[in-house]
Amino acid sequence: MHNVDISLEHVTKVEGNADVTVRINDAGKVEYVHYVIAEAKRFYTKGIEGKPLMAVPQLLSRICGTCSNAHQMCAIEACERAAGITPSEQTLELRRLTMDGLNVRDHALHLYLFVLPDIVGKDNFLALDENDPAQHQMLHDAFDIKAAGNYLAELVAGRSIHAVYPTVGGFLKFPTKEGTAEAVKKLEAVRPAVLRTIKIFAEAPMHFDRQTTFMALVPKDGRFGFLDGDIHTSAGEVITEDKFRDHLEHTVLPYSQASAYKYQGQPYMVGSLARLNLAKDLLHLKTKESLVEVLKLFPSTDIFYNNLAQAIEILHCLDEAVEILSMREFKAEPLVKAPPRAGVGIGVVEAPRGTLYHRVETDEKGNVVHGEVIVPTNQNQVNMEHDIAQIVDKMLPNATKEEIIHEMEKLVRAYDPCMSCAAHFMKVKWEKA
Amino acid sequence: MTDTPNPAVAPAKKIRVGWFSYSCCEDSTIVFTEILNDHWQDWKNLLEFVHARVLQTNNRWEPMDIAFIEGAIANDHHAEEVKKIRGLAKIVVAIGSCACTGMPSAQRNNFSEAQKKEIEFLVTRFKSFPKVQKLSEVIKVDAEVGGCPMDPKAFVAAATKLIAQIQAGN
Repeated sequence: MHNVDISLEHVTKVEGNADVTVRINDAGKVEYVHYVIAEAKRFYTKGIEGKPLMAVPQLLSRICGTCSNAHQMCAIEACERAAGITPSEQTLELRRLTMDGLNVRDHALHLYLFVLPDIVGKDNFLALDENDPAQHQMLHDAFDIKAAGNYLAELVAGRSIHAVYPTVGGFLKFPTKEGTAEAVKKLEAVRPAVLRTIKIFAEAPMHFDRQTTFMALVPKDGRFGFLDGDIHTSAGEVITEDKFRDHLEHTVLPYSQASAYKYQGQPYMVGSLARLNLAKDLLHLKTKESLVEVLKLFPSTDIFYNNLAQAIEILHCLDEAVEILSMREFKAEPLVKAPPRAGVGIGVVEAPRGTLYHRVETDEKGNVVHGEVIVPTNQNQVNMEHDIAQIVDKMLPNATKEEIIHEMEKLVRAYDPCMSCAAHFMKVKWEKA
Repeated sequence: MTDTPNPAVAPAKKIRVGWFSYSCCEDSTIVFTEILNDHWQDWKNLLEFVHARVLQTNNRWEPMDIAFIEGAIANDHHAEEVKKIRGLAKIVVAIGSCACTGMPSAQRNNFSEAQKKEIEFLVTRFKSFPKVQKLSEVIKVDAEVGGCPMDPKAFVAAATKLIAQIQAGN
C-alpha cells in the first residue's frame, strides 16, 4: 500500500469553514492529521487598538456570529477589570440569563441542524419526514426550543446575536414584567421537548472513547454557570482566571491560519463535556431531579457525549432562567462608571464551545493598547486531530474513503467547532505520500 | 434538460436557492436559522437548497434562482467563487454588513501604516487581497439586506418579494 492522502474539503454542518488532511503511510497507519483553519484573518484584536473600552465588547462580539454574546460577556468582564468597575448583583443575574438564552439557542442549533441528520440518516435537517411521527416531533421540537432560547436572549440582551443591551458597567435596558412572564411561559412549554432531546442524544449510536485532559471554568458560588469561577482540570489542578493564560502553551501549526494550544505539553478538551465532567453536581436542582440516570454517564471520555452534555445544559439553562425570571423583578439602574485609567483586565467565560479568554490592556486615557483573545476551538484543535487519527486508524484498512470521511465529519461535529472564532476556514485533504 | 414536465401534473417547482459565506462571522447565517423557527414549514416545501454548507453535505454547483451571499471578499479564492455563483444564479442578494459594505471584516483597510506593517506577513502568507472588498466591488449585486447581523424583518420582506417575483416570472 502506498502512502495516501485523504482530504475532506469544507467540513459541512459546522460553524464556519474548515478542511482536514489525513496522511496514511506505507504501513497503512495514519502519519498525521492536519485540521486546517485557513480563512482570511479579520484582525479583531488589532482592530480594537486605540479604541475606548466602551467600544470593545461590540467589536469583539463580531468575531463570531453564533457565540457572539459569549464574546461580549467575556470582553465586558475584561474591560471592567481593566477599568476597576464592579458590576451590580442585578447585572450579574442579567448576564447569567444572557448566557442561558445563548446556550439554549446555540446548543439546539448544533444538536438539531448539525448533528441530528447523522442520527436519522438524512443530509439536511429540513429533509426530515413530517409524515414520520418521530421525525415530525424532532422538526417541531428543534424550532420550538430554538425559538424559546431566542426569545429569552431578545428579552434580556436585546438580540440573540451581537446583543445591544449589555455593556461595560451594566445593561442599557431591562426586561419588562410582561416579557418576563412570556419568557417563563415559552421556556416551560418547551421543557418536554428538551427532555426528548436529551433522550435522543443519550441513546445515539455514535461513540468514541479516548483519554484526555478536560478543562473548564467551575463556579465558586455553587451554581453551575458560565461566567465566573476558577479553571479546573480533570487532573485535579485549579487555576485562577488571571493565571489561565500562563498555563497554555501556544503551538504554531504551520498549515493553519489559527493558533493552537496545549496544556502541560498535552492536548486537552474544553466545552460542554468538560463542564459536565467537572461540575455536574452544580447543575440546577430541577435538572438533576429529572436526569438522575442520564447524569450517571458522566464523567465520560466519550467525545460524542459532548452532544448529550449540550442537551443537558439546555435543560439546566431553561430551569435556571425560569427560576430567576419567576423570582425577581428587574429595575432600571444606571451604569457603573469609573474614570479612565491604565490597566490590564482579563475575562474568562465558558462560551458554548468551551473556555474563552479575553485580555485588554489600556493606557491612562482608557484606550486599548493591546488585546488578546483565545477561543475554545483553538484549544480543542490538537485534541481533535489526535481523535481523528485514532478513529481513522481503527477504520483502516477495510473502510472506504467515503466511510472514513463521513466518520471524520461526525467526529469533528461532535466537538462543535467554530471556525469563525478560530479564524474562519477549514478543508480536509486525504493524503498518501 | 430534455424532460419537459407536464404543468398539469407536475408538482409546483421549488425555488432553487444557495446560501454562501465568505469573510465574516456568519451572524446572518445564524439569523437565517432563527428565522426558520417561524418560517420552516412554508419554506421547507417552497425552497430547494442547491448549496448551503451550514445545512447539508451534498452541495452542488448548479443553476439556482437566488444566491444569498454573506461576507466580504478577502482573497482570490473568494472572488473566483462568487464569480462562479454569479454565473449560476438569476438573482444575487448581498446579505449583512460585510457583504454590503465590507465592514467590519474590512477593518484592516483602515488600519494605520504601523498596524498594516504588523499584519503584513499574515496578509502575504495567506495570499489575501491588500484591500478587503464588498461584494458589489467584485460582482453585480441585485439586492441587499443590510445589518450586522442582517435585520430579520428586512430579510423576510426581501425573500418574500423575490419568491413572488420568481413564481410570477416562471
